[in-house]
Amino acid sequence: MNLAQIAAITQHHLKGPYINWAALSPTVVLTVGAIAVLLLGLLSSPMVRERLVPSAALLTLLGAIGAEISRFNHPATIVHGAMRVDDLAILIDLICAVSAIATVILAWRSAAPREAGHGEFHALLLFSVMGMAILASAQDIIVLFVGLELLSIPLYILCASEYRREGSLESGLKYLIIGSVGSATLVYGLAMIYGATGQTGFTGIGNAIASNNILTDPLLLGGIALTAVGFAFKASVAPFHQWTPDVYEGAPTPVTAFMATATKAAAFAIFLRFFDVALISDQNKWAPLLAALAAITIIVGNVGALGQTSLKRMLGFSGVAQAGYMLSGVIVGTQLGVSATVLYLGVYLAMNIAAFAVIQAHQIETGDDRIAGLRGLGKRSPALAASLTVAMLGLAGIPGTVGFVGKFQLIHALVDGGYGWLAIVLVVGAMISLGYYLRVVAAVWMSPAGEHAEISGVPAPGDVLPVALAPIAGGSPEADQLPYTEIVFVAVLFATLCVVFGILPSPLFHLAAHAGAAFSGLF
Amino acid sequence: MSLSILLCLPVLLALVATQLPERYVGRGAALLSLIPLGIAIDYLARFNPGNSGLQFVTDKLWISSLGIHYKLAISGLNIALVVLTAILFTISLAWSSQRQIDRPKLYYFHFGLAQSAVLGAFMAQDLVLFVGFFDLMLIPFYFLVGSWGTGDRVRATVKMVIYTAVGSFLMLAAAIATGVLASGQHSTALTFTFTALQHLGLSRTDQDWMFLAFAAAFLVKMPLAPFHGWLADAYKSMPIPAVAVFSGVVSKVAAYGFIAIVLPIFPQASHHYQTLMLVIALFSILWATAMAFTTKDARLVIAYSSVAQMGFIMLGIFSLKSTGDQGALLQMLNHGIVTAASFFIVAAVAARADGSENLDDMGGIAFRAPVLASFFLIVTFANLAMPGSSNFIGEFMILLGVFSTQMWIAIVATLGVVGAAVYALRLFITAMHNRVGGRVKSFEVRRIEVIAIVPLLALILVLGFYPQFGLNKSQDSVKAAIAPAAFGGCQNDFPGRTVLSCVAYDPSKTPTSK
Repeated sequence: MNLAQIAAITQHHLKGPYINWAALSPTVVLTVGAIAVLLLGLLSSPMVRERLVPSAALLTLLGAIGAEISRFNHPATIVHGAMRVDDLAILIDLICAVSAIATVILAWRSAAPREAGHGEFHALLLFSVMGMAILASAQDIIVLFVGLELLSIPLYILCASEYRREGSLESGLKYLIIGSVGSATLVYGLAMIYGATGQTGFTGIGNAIASNNILTDPLLLGGIALTAVGFAFKASVAPFHQWTPDVYEGAPTPVTAFMATATKAAAFAIFLRFFDVALISDQNKWAPLLAALAAITIIVGNVGALGQTSLKRMLGFSGVAQAGYMLSGVIVGTQLGVSATVLYLGVYLAMNIAAFAVIQAHQIETGDDRIAGLRGLGKRSPALAASLTVAMLGLAGIPGTVGFVGKFQLIHALVDGGYGWLAIVLVVGAMISLGYYLRVVAAVWMSPAGEHAEISGVPAPGDVLPVALAPIAGGSPEADQLPYTEIVFVAVLFATLCVVFGILPSPLFHLAAHAGAAFSGLF
Repeated sequence: MSLSILLCLPVLLALVATQLPERYVGRGAALLSLIPLGIAIDYLARFNPGNSGLQFVTDKLWISSLGIHYKLAISGLNIALVVLTAILFTISLAWSSQRQIDRPKLYYFHFGLAQSAVLGAFMAQDLVLFVGFFDLMLIPFYFLVGSWGTGDRVRATVKMVIYTAVGSFLMLAAAIATGVLASGQHSTALTFTFTALQHLGLSRTDQDWMFLAFAAAFLVKMPLAPFHGWLADAYKSMPIPAVAVFSGVVSKVAAYGFIAIVLPIFPQASHHYQTLMLVIALFSILWATAMAFTTKDARLVIAYSSVAQMGFIMLGIFSLKSTGDQGALLQMLNHGIVTAASFFIVAAVAARADGSENLDDMGGIAFRAPVLASFFLIVTFANLAMPGSSNFIGEFMILLGVFSTQMWIAIVATLGVVGAAVYALRLFITAMHNRVGGRVKSFEVRRIEVIAIVPLLALILVLGFYPQFGLNKSQDSVKAAIAPAAFGGCQNDFPGRTVLSCVAYDPSKTPTSK
């Protein structure tokens, strides 16, 4: 045995698992970008910090999106089976990245990055997106946990980033404590599942459950229950949702927008992967449990939102309710269910970003987010008002918006999977939700009685009344003069997407079907 | 020319009109709405009454992975309603254009959207498309009531939307379930088109559930008596042109849904629930008639009379006889015209009673406005189904249909005809005759009132002289639509139709055994 051979053998033994860097490229781009942004933020020039840093963050996210798109339809299992970059992961990554882009734009001139430091704010955001990317492609409970913490810890800080404001600090602390409880529960659950199956990989766990006849093993069931609770904390599924409205209300609005959309997407990605891959053979044990949770979540979220006066709190509760809707795609355990959940995550992103963009613009202008404060928005800024209207109607599931498409596919999946009763609960939830979404729309467009001339059946006919005050009409380009053009742009862009894909939803169904097909083990 | 043009034109033209200077938006919208009206009349002219199937079909695969079609068509069931929609919207826009309206651009945009949605609901031949348009219809009216209504309008509009949404969201779930279950039970690809679903019969139990969900949506929308909670507030608050189209055509979408969707797709369940539906319709007639007697509000008299009329239409539909169903279809047309004319007349009368719609404030208006009084009288006669009016033919056919199905219901329902005479004449007399009301300043009918009322009167007269006009287009389509339900869904009269279960089939209930 010559030296060369020895060297080769040593090298072989010392070598880590083979890493397909191409498949991992989105994560790599995010890592490099995040570090670069952090370092850039150390420069003292305000120009660099206020312009260059967010631009670099945007560039990183665009790069990540490019990398993700290039990997679309090329599923690969990487890092020795610890991660799988399939179309589900890619779509979730895209949702998170788009949400982060919107967040950066919304935060462009807001207080949060100024106070927390531009470099830190944007780097934390990028790290969080990276955590989501890892979580969405996790195939192993260790990777799962790493991804989950990587996504959560930056968020705890981001929530508290407006640290001169009491509400922001409260929000960060609350999220930290409750998030930690959730993580701890999850770790217990994962440890018990490992104890029951002796495996850390998802497929390994799945095979062990199927072959070792441990479907009713209390250790396994306990593990499943605790894991479900841990995920439920992250996805704000009732009764583990109490933090949601408080944290949403207190956190800076751009961060809330990010949490509401991206975190939810990542949490549901892992919900889907863990329950519909690793635990699928035990489905008849956990599905009724999750279905009950989903039903409770839909009712609690929708009823809770009814009495809210703060828009962000209302959207917090509405987010809880929507989590209940999305959970139904997990429960049925079919490819259709997976695609329905992913589709809903996508449409939820568009509707929520549009709504939060309007809230951010409104907050900059008036400093509050009360629903009553929206009164007259239809006259002040028709663009924002129309965007908020589309978002609200979409969240309520009115046809012509993507919300209808999303609900359609969820109901389809439920009926198809034999959970017709949950479809009824979903529909009842949607009915209740009209009560609060329409209140917002009414506040925007319908000023209180007597404020403007009304037409009824009875204006004096014939004689046209002289109009004392010319009514202010919609369509004035006021919005352009406001100091937050980029926010209006985000709001209008996402609202337009809501309508366009609401009328022509075929591409969405095709994309979502890819996500469903990623789970080849399901029907 | 594709039906998509007719579908999209109203909303597109409304958008064009909003580009005009604010003063001309209304007139522009009203003039432009003549284009879809012309197109609709063109379809009426080219319609072939001998064909009971679909005509002028536009069929594209809309969402390929779910087998959802963008399919529009004209048939004997909807041709009259499509034309009626175009007429009523044009008239309502003309009425609006003569008035000062706050934020006119939004107002006319919502009107255009409403017209497109209503036309879409009538022409859709795919369940999902229909449900989409059915729900979409609600949104413009939500804004029209909430922004341009009177009184406690925000409360009224939210109430209306939530009531209607309860039904229509259930219908959404049921529509999806129908497609999924039908394709599952017959192991075919997922499909939602009416024609395909008619041949994929569902099992009895499934049909019952689906029927109830669809009925919930339609009964609230019509509305019939126990489901009418939103009606008084919403009708009271709606601007007059909006209430004219709402009561004239939007409520007809629900009745049309029963004939075009529920009866052909859930025939066994329709047969099973026939008596229940007839009883609801009967209750509706009696209750609404009683309400119309007692209310002091002129607008609500018309509102409740329209509930009673919808009850008659429902009776006709669930007589499951071709006479009854044709009568129902004719009555939809009649009622659409009469109710819209009534609302405009109430507005004209209220304008002479110092803006009050309370009957106590009216009276004696006829002395200075004989022409208006004559208009009102014609509408009143049509409303109470005077022999010679088309309404008489409609109600007669409906009662004839019910008579041969459930005689006692027909007998009780006749009370409704009598009641209609009482409340319609009471409204006319208190408003136009009697002592002159305290605040009444009567004057003759004005040009802007003529614009709205005279075309509708002309239609009433035309239909009165020549009711066949409303009947001959629909005969064959109606027969085809009700055939499966009339025979309990068990007679295999549909070539290619698979009957899954006829266990509950009771020969004594089929009309053939009588």
